[in-house]
Amino acid sequence: MKNALNIVYLIPLLPLVGFLINGLLRKHLSKSMISVVGCGTILVSFALSIVMFLQVKNGDGGTIEYFNFISVGELTIPFAFQIDQLSSLFLLIITGVGFLIHVYSTSYMQEEKPEHFGRYFSYLNLFVFSMLLLVMGANYVIMFIGWEGVGLCSYLLIGYWFKNNEYNKAANKAFVMNRIGDLAFLIAIFWIIAKTGGVNYGEVFAFAPKLSGTDATIITLLLFVGAAGKSAQIPLYTWLPDAMAGPTPVSALIHAATMVTAGIYMIARSNVLYSLSEVSMNVVAIVGLATALLAATIALKQNDIKKVLAYSTVSQLGYMFLALGVGAYSAGVFHVMTHAFFKALLFLAAGSVIHAMSGEQDIRNMGGLSKKIRITFITFLIGCIAIAGIPPFSGFFSKDAILLNALLVDSHDGSFSIKGIILYGVALFTALLTAFYMFRLLFITFSGTFRGTEEQKHHIHESPAPMTIPLIILAVLSIIGGLIGIPDAIVKGGDKFTEFLSPVIAQRAGHPVSHSTEYMLMGLSTVLVGITIIVAWRQYRNYKRKEATGFAKVLEDKWYVDEFYEKIIVKPLHNFGGFLKNVFEKLVVDGLVNGVGRMVNYGGRQFRLLQSGQVGSYVLLMVLSMVIIFLVQFFLRK
Amino acid sequence: MPITHYIILSLALFSIGIVGVLTRRNAIIIFMCIELMLNAVNLLLVAFSKMHNYAAIKAAADQKLPITEAILNTGSEGQIFVFFIMVVAAAEVTVGLAIIVMMYRNIHSVDVNFLNRLKH
Repeated sequence: MKNALNIVYLIPLLPLVGFLINGLLRKHLSKSMISVVGCGTILVSFALSIVMFLQVKNGDGGTIEYFNFISVGELTIPFAFQIDQLSSLFLLIITGVGFLIHVYSTSYMQEEKPEHFGRYFSYLNLFVFSMLLLVMGANYVIMFIGWEGVGLCSYLLIGYWFKNNEYNKAANKAFVMNRIGDLAFLIAIFWIIAKTGGVNYGEVFAFAPKLSGTDATIITLLLFVGAAGKSAQIPLYTWLPDAMAGPTPVSALIHAATMVTAGIYMIARSNVLYSLSEVSMNVVAIVGLATALLAATIALKQNDIKKVLAYSTVSQLGYMFLALGVGAYSAGVFHVMTHAFFKALLFLAAGSVIHAMSGEQDIRNMGGLSKKIRITFITFLIGCIAIAGIPPFSGFFSKDAILLNALLVDSHDGSFSIKGIILYGVALFTALLTAFYMFRLLFITFSGTFRGTEEQKHHIHESPAPMTIPLIILAVLSIIGGLIGIPDAIVKGGDKFTEFLSPVIAQRAGHPVSHSTEYMLMGLSTVLVGITIIVAWRQYRNYKRKEATGFAKVLEDKWYVDEFYEKIIVKPLHNFGGFLKNVFEKLVVDGLVNGVGRMVNYGGRQFRLLQSGQVGSYVLLMVLSMVIIFLVQFFLRK
Repeated sequence: MPITHYIILSLALFSIGIVGVLTRRNAIIIFMCIELMLNAVNLLLVAFSKMHNYAAIKAAADQKLPITEAILNTGSEGQIFVFFIMVVAAAEVTVGLAIIVMMYRNIHSVDVNFLNRLKH
């Protein structure tokens, strides 16, 4: 098995080949061929990822260099892949969840025309390829290539139905907001090169202790801005809910397996740098927590089934950043994994609901669906329980790990710091909000009476097997996925996950709490979540449509953040653009260009007078010129 | 005789030529003035040629060196050039006079100010 690393390049190469085949031959292949190519390449990549994972587990990871990508002066940037614990884990998540989403898509997108079907699958494959490149790269430059790739693919897929102008605007928004983050990431890379002289993870991290505190802070903050763009954190999160314009499986792909986890991966990968800067850690933790809370409050009052899930993703990402910010990198990555399972499940189940409702996304027009689409209902319920954090579902373990680590921040002797208690309190409150809005969504959608039209009611049906089977697999993963990270308090040595990641992720040197305290905290969060669910059930099991007023209206309108950005940033920029177009362009640029033309014209008219046709005047000028040349030669020559 | 005299004479001749070309309107006189300028240059060339020749022989004699063929021929290029100029001037005269004749046949005048149609 030692040779398996030699074929690691196949993992990203296969999706790329799939992209090329589906993209170039989309007008000639049948839909079933396209599906086979699209899913098959990812399946093989998944199989290879499992091989890699097993090999890394045996301690046979490593870096494979292919060629010199850039070589300038003393700086050499190799094109190399790094297969270690962190990247092999991400490989599994990306290809595994990605494969299920591909399979689901074959059925979900069945009504598209063959060429659009091919376009869709080629984009999906390119998306997976970029993400694989991002996590496999052995240096920041390769990561950046993948980083840009996922940005591009998200643009292409969000704007997949390009005939709808609103969708195009959403795609533009996603792209532009990502660019802001990308710029910060790029500057961070330059800064790293300037200070450490290299971009390979190994070199940079080995050099890290020699970095000055300011440099470490600037680099990590810039990296965080990049991560905030890609992973939808304050203030760059507004693109993610708008990204719902894409087909539902795309949302699942963006939210679960690819794209948004890139920021978490990048910070987890750079954990050595982050550990050097107290300031950056605090910024990450606070921004993460604020995002988690803000997005959770917005999700409380959304009425679009996908929007609720989108804000829930933003909120959960905030959670992950909180984990990273308090130094619990492995807890953050753990949450990435469990989140990938249950969020992919929730999105695909939501897609199944939308499919059953013939394209309806407004939950106010649903209700009472539980009996008609049984599998979707049960899997959706499992997803909700998992995200709410009820033991022994996966979300419980990862969320509990984050909460515990937040509480223990700055704790050296087992007592809790004030900062820790505040972080814990807000995070727990956010967890309760999460449980509340998820079960609100569940009850409004699936219980009560049907509120849609008769035609819709007649049409409701369970989705076909290619859609339900991925749902069932993801549901099983959502149930058992957390069992690899059981805290020590319950099973001694149960936290296999942290143990697995320990070679690449620095462990926090915190003081462990007693097991009884840990039990108490778990019990507290579970009981509170349980109460929240019951409250949600009482309030929403028989939902009646009513207009939101007062504070609820503010939440429904997303705190008016989009409007605020519109006023503060978009409008002034738009006006500035208008100024440049109407004033600067017309007066200065056009003036210069026309001025040159007018000057030549005028000069020509004046010089034309010299050509009189009088031989005498020509000779006079000739003689005068000769005299001048003679004088110049005579007097000015050294 | 010092070289200055030759230079001043040839400068005077050349200036007369220029002034003549610039001020006179009769094509034949302009033609003669051009010849005057050419000959001013010829004069100068010959004068400098002789000057260099004399200086070279005198330098050799002062240093008691044998007077070789090369020393005797120093500066002769200037005189050869004069012949060239004379030949070219003669050719020019034939062409120029022919033009003047044609001009007279066409406009019955040799006044160059009538010839202002060069710009068309």
